[in-house]
Amino acid sequence: MLATSDARATTEVDTPRSRRPQLTPMLLLAPAFIMLAIFIGWPVVQMIVMSFQEYGRAQIFGADPEFIALGNYTKVLTDPIFWAVLGRSVALAAVCVVATMVLGMAIAVMMTKLGKLMRTVVSVGLLLAWAMPALTATIVWGWIFDTSYGLVNWLMTKLTGDNWFGHSWLIDPLSFFGVAAIIIVWGAIPFVALSLYAGLTQVPSEVLEAASLDGANGWRRFVNVTFPYIRSIVIVVLILQIIWDLRVFAQIYALQTIGGIREQTNTIGVYIYTESMASGRLGTGGAISVILVAILLAISAYYIRLTLRNED
Amino acid sequence: MKGSLLSRSLLNIAAVIVFVCSVFPVYWMVNTSMLPGAKIKSTRPSFLPESLNFSNYATALGDGFIPAMWMSLAVTGLTLVTALVFAFMAALALSRFTFRSRKSLIVAVLVIQMVPAEALIISMFRLLDGWHLVNTVLGLSAVYIAMVLPFTIWTLRGFVQGVPADLEEAAQIDGCSKAGAFWRITFPLLAPGLVSTGIFAFIQAWNEFVFALVIMTREESQTLPIWLRSFLQATKATDWSVVMAGSTLMALPVVIFFLIVQGRMTSSMTSGAVKG
Repeated sequence: MLATSDARATTEVDTPRSRRPQLTPMLLLAPAFIMLAIFIGWPVVQMIVMSFQEYGRAQIFGADPEFIALGNYTKVLTDPIFWAVLGRSVALAAVCVVATMVLGMAIAVMMTKLGKLMRTVVSVGLLLAWAMPALTATIVWGWIFDTSYGLVNWLMTKLTGDNWFGHSWLIDPLSFFGVAAIIIVWGAIPFVALSLYAGLTQVPSEVLEAASLDGANGWRRFVNVTFPYIRSIVIVVLILQIIWDLRVFAQIYALQTIGGIREQTNTIGVYIYTESMASGRLGTGGAISVILVAILLAISAYYIRLTLRNED
Repeated sequence: MKGSLLSRSLLNIAAVIVFVCSVFPVYWMVNTSMLPGAKIKSTRPSFLPESLNFSNYATALGDGFIPAMWMSLAVTGLTLVTALVFAFMAALALSRFTFRSRKSLIVAVLVIQMVPAEALIISMFRLLDGWHLVNTVLGLSAVYIAMVLPFTIWTLRGFVQGVPADLEEAAQIDGCSKAGAFWRITFPLLAPGLVSTGIFAFIQAWNEFVFALVIMTREESQTLPIWLRSFLQATKATDWSVVMAGSTLMALPVVIFFLIVQGRMTSSMTSGAVKG
């Protein structure tokens, strides 16, 4: 928004060439910032305002919203359902983030050591998995875990000798989240692995050679030489994964459509959606969203500061 | 070089495992999509398609795929082009002019990602409704553009910084105008950056589900994810082979897009997509 008013202000004092450097960047920034201000900024402001209001169906249909101070926040924070949903989301996100980062890093390191052919094979595989839409992926995995005709149940029957046909993976919340975690991690690994691999290729090989001449083994070389080079990428990818996994929506929502008990498998993203959209309680929905952003900011604050310091 | 052959083979085996794990669901989707309806209800899975049976595709295609695909293509195309142009302009401003917004931009990217989109839907819906943009390509694209902009600006900025400004200055000394120097020297070098940024925007817009669900309320304006979802519900829910055919059809344009840009893609990812 600042950018736009600045741009307009400068347009009026448009003097030829000499002034260009001042005007040009503002004009270049204007379209992006106008879009962001209108379509992200304004809804965010509304969300925050509504989180302090009694805002339900009546208000959606035109009644005046009433400010109730922290009413929505106390309501949410004293609701055991909220805490159950939050706990579930944090646990799921923790498992997914750790698995994604560890596997993604392992694959990235592996790719640097592979020959050209195998490296191409692996990156094509990753690209194919990455190209798969989250919704489609969830449907396919849902089919693989299908109760009656799923591949997994067939395999389990083959391997254990017990009859697994008819075993439902989605009805029990724990195995529901097991399936969800597989889908989320599978979908996230390509981005992480390829980004980290991109970072690893930037590490100068002379430095690594020098370290190995000094007698550093593989692990020490990774910790002391390679990692510092890619640390900023790792941190950014890590924060993005935490954010994305904590507010995961499409996979959980689609998996609930295939099977699974909604109340016992809601994560915070789905909960906000049901609260705001299905129940029309925009006030509490807004409050939950603000709380979620606060949590995410608290989790990443340290890393954001660290990143900023490294940027100097 | 003791044990090098062994570790090489272990490495290659690991690579094959990664490849199989990545690709298997994709393969299984295509494989299932070719099964005749009766075969799907079999407790013994068939690992290879017995025949190339495209009847499920015909069923899916006949059930509204084409209009939904045009809708998705229009929305994704508009999002891709506009987001790239706007992000490119902003990235230039942020890296070629004296500004100190690098840090705030990084923070802004992360903070915007934190806001749960699900909480913004109603406000966005009202905004679009007020401008008569509900159920329009323009409306949904506008939302998508705003959503992908922070990340695309940020990624592109890294690429623009990767091209040394000296190159442009040298061209200017040789008699190019500032703009001419930019278009002839810097822009071609930015192609990989535009590709990898474009991929991100493309995947986001093509796959987005929640906003499309709320903003595109009419049946004739639904995008592919919404079309696919309708297959999962109610009566069609059990027809897995048709659902898989639909899923394959939806994934196909993404694969085609990836194949087109694939050559540039790996090089662009290496040349610094996420330089921070």
